Amino acid sequence: MKVLVPIKRVIDFNVKVRVKADHSNVDLANVKMAINPFCEIAVEEAVRLKEAGTATEVIAVSIGAKACQEQLRTALALGADRAIHIETELTLDAINIAKLLQKIVEEEQPQLVILGKQSIDSDNNQTGQMLAALTNMAQGTFASEVKIDGDKVNVTREVDGGLQTVALNLPAIVTTDLRLNEPRYASLPNIMKAKRKPLDVKPADSFGIDLSPRTQILKVTPPAEREAGIIVESIDELVQKLKNEAKVIS
Amino acid sequence: MAAAMLNDRDVEFMLYELFNTDSLCQRERYQDHDRQTFNDVLKTAKRIAEKEFLPIRQKLDKHQPTFDGKTISLIPELKPALEVLRGSGLTSATADYEYDGMQLPPIVASIASAYLWIAGGNSIGYSLLTNANANLLQAHGNKELIEKWVKPLRSGCYSGTMAMSEPGCGSSLGDLITRATRDENGNYRITGSKIFISGGDHNLSENIVHLVLARIAGAPIGVKGISLFVVPKYLVDDNGVIGEENEVALAGLFHKMGGSSQTSTALSFGEKNGSIGYLVGEENRGLQYMFHMMNEARIMVGSGAAALALAGFQYSLDYAKNRSQGRLPSSKDPLSPMVNIIEHADVRRMLLAQKAYAEGSLALVLYGTQLSDDSHTAATEDERSYAHLLLDFLTPVIKTWPSEYGPEANDLAIQVLGGHGYINEHPVELFYRDNRLNSIHEGTTAIQSLDLLARKVPMNNLAGYLATLAEIKKTMAIANEFEQLHGYANELNDAVETLKQTTNALLTAMKTQNIDLVLANSVKYLELFGHVVIAWLWLKQGIVAIRGLLDQPHSEDEAFYRGKVQTLKYFYRFELPQIYAWSTLLVNLDSSSFDMEEHWF
Ligand SMILES: Cc1cc2nc3c(=O)[nH]c(=O)nc-3n(C[C@H](O)[C@H](O)[C@H](O)COP(=O)(O)OP(=O)(O)OC[C@H]3O[C@@H](n4cnc5c(N)ncnc54)[C@H](O)[C@@H]3O)c2cc1C
Repeated sequence: MKVLVPIKRVIDFNVKVRVKADHSNVDLANVKMAINPFCEIAVEEAVRLKEAGTATEVIAVSIGAKACQEQLRTALALGADRAIHIETELTLDAINIAKLLQKIVEEEQPQLVILGKQSIDSDNNQTGQMLAALTNMAQGTFASEVKIDGDKVNVTREVDGGLQTVALNLPAIVTTDLRLNEPRYASLPNIMKAKRKPLDVKPADSFGIDLSPRTQILKVTPPAEREAGIIVESIDELVQKLKNEAKVIS
Repeated sequence: MAAAMLNDRDVEFMLYELFNTDSLCQRERYQDHDRQTFNDVLKTAKRIAEKEFLPIRQKLDKHQPTFDGKTISLIPELKPALEVLRGSGLTSATADYEYDGMQLPPIVASIASAYLWIAGGNSIGYSLLTNANANLLQAHGNKELIEKWVKPLRSGCYSGTMAMSEPGCGSSLGDLITRATRDENGNYRITGSKIFISGGDHNLSENIVHLVLARIAGAPIGVKGISLFVVPKYLVDDNGVIGEENEVALAGLFHKMGGSSQTSTALSFGEKNGSIGYLVGEENRGLQYMFHMMNEARIMVGSGAAALALAGFQYSLDYAKNRSQGRLPSSKDPLSPMVNIIEHADVRRMLLAQKAYAEGSLALVLYGTQLSDDSHTAATEDERSYAHLLLDFLTPVIKTWPSEYGPEANDLAIQVLGGHGYINEHPVELFYRDNRLNSIHEGTTAIQSLDLLARKVPMNNLAGYLATLAEIKKTMAIANEFEQLHGYANELNDAVETLKQTTNALLTAMKTQNIDLVLANSVKYLELFGHVVIAWLWLKQGIVAIRGLLDQPHSEDEAFYRGKVQTLKYFYRFELPQIYAWSTLLVNLDSSSFDMEEHWF
């Protein structure tokens, strides 16, 4: 069974995000980038399936500028077998990402596609679902447990108010939630091995898809700075302040 | 967010801007590497530090190993953490591929270790010592010894120690009395007591391989009569099967002010028939073999000290940004909100001093680490021997300056936290206690200072000394290209002149005066030399920062570079001028300590 894992290069979660002075977008100049944490969980899950003998091959794919080969190599160091880089300088909408992934799914015919439920930069939570629609595959989103059972996969989903387990026919799409697993550390020998694993580069415009944007960013503003707190003397004072200053109770 | 262990931006600065680590990938040994492999390794090290060791840091400190007369107990969380560490390949990262290493440049490995020191304290020492032990055996042992012992050491099944110190001899190893006598099978029987042996007993591995210094019966007295032996805790047969005990008895554990996760043992060898020992290399050359590893071991001590200084700095910096207390002297309104303590100039002084000590130390130990690497892997024989010359000369400084000023930085971190720094809810007091060892082991500060002044300076017609001064001169010439740095370059020039005058005066005095008096203030000489070297490394950092600032950096980079330049200023205003007072003491052969008599105390 082949498993395809699309991954995204995003701003490192430790970095304090800055907004460009003209508010046109987030400022990525000179900022530390990393594999999207949900995608890392997806890679880990795929590698575990391979280690359990369920999967035979794990393929990581990423769409973006040349630099995202770094994240593909991270995926290879974590245990993916090979990587595909769809190269483009454009920033693509989720729908266009999904369409490109559809092409890769058609080429590779994976039984399972595992994606992060969302990327921590744009927080869209769309790509997996769109890909499922485009490929006509079953989908299990927000997975906290994935179990292959013959020609089915049982996916436990984190839903409001609890857990829901669904059985999907393979091939299927799974998107990961945080609790699915704890990704491993890339061991040093594996970091070196990753350099020798195959990484195919395909230009995004070679797929014959219209990649023009459907959405446009008008303005980006940072959240308001939190002001320093104060220590109140008594409960009464707190209540007074909540009433009169914060005006959150009456 | 919790305080960072290290400032990632500074790590990047040190590796890629100050020391140009990328260029190492052109060397044959490192040709498979690139910046990404370096950063991936650092990421793995940082994560293991954060996930496996940070959560148990305090428990390791509070629960020292115990010994009930039979077995040693360590907290159960330690072994799995060490296993994760070993499994990651980090402990043998710099080793050759054929020994399961990844041929990582030592300068990158040094940063990886810094994360682990900070989070794991000296529990990391079990692995580092095992590695050092295997390196020594591999360099000087015969094929048989390597086959039998190095493999299980590398795989982590066995662990290793360095057993040198004895109750009657620490600094003065030439006086050691552990004995070795040849038995009828051609092996040696070892008898004697060793103390302070780190990792000398524990339940973390199947066997423990002690590298023991002992004197063979009839050997010359002093350092020329010491041999090195492999003495395992359990004997091992030719098929690698562990057999009976080898009379290595744990006499007791020491209880330390810090570094409690690593056992410190008193060991008694061969109380009945003598422990079986296998000679490493040739008889009477043991101390030489040990010293072969000395530069690296001493750089490692300096590196650990620098790491803890950096950690305390980061922690207290974060604290100062969040703790509100008091108002500025200019504020007259008692109802105005209190300021964060970082707004008090004196708190900033303490943070600046820590930054100057800690980042100065980091630059120094990385410089030393790179010299050590260059002495093996630089392109030409000339470059290699030049690097070796500098390294050999500077080792006492690289070991000592961070070991003295690292705890000083930690002391200031405690002060920044006030009462909160004195209690164990914050790790700064732990950093201080852990760091306090570094000026003691691997040669105390006094021993290092004698090594520098009496041996290293005069050696080979002052070759190492002169090479160091020449390197400093090169940096001054570059600094002079930048208007902003002229003043500092001049000040460093004056400082170097003073260092030269001091050195000349002492070298002359060594030939003409009572040598005991001339060397009486050697520690001040080492400190003076250290301050000049650190001032030099701050000027180097200043050059990179000024260049960065001219390059229209991003606002955060701009702030980072300005911080470097400001710390340069701090060091040149608050620290460097002290050398003039020290120089006066030295040049005048001040006899305050020398003349003090025992019964006057
Ligand atoms: C936690 C810990 C771990 C250790 N681990 C190991 C280990 O794994 N293996 C091992 O073999 N040893 C180990 N040691 C021992 C360590 O190397 C010695 O403690 C150190 O070399 C100093 O020796 P000493 O303690 O006997 O002090 P001494 O040699 O007695 O020194 C006491 C004081 O006298 C000064 N002094 C001594 N000689 C001179 C001199 N000639 N001139 C001027 N001043 C002098 C010293 O500077 C020091 O201030 C460890 C020690 C500790 C505390």
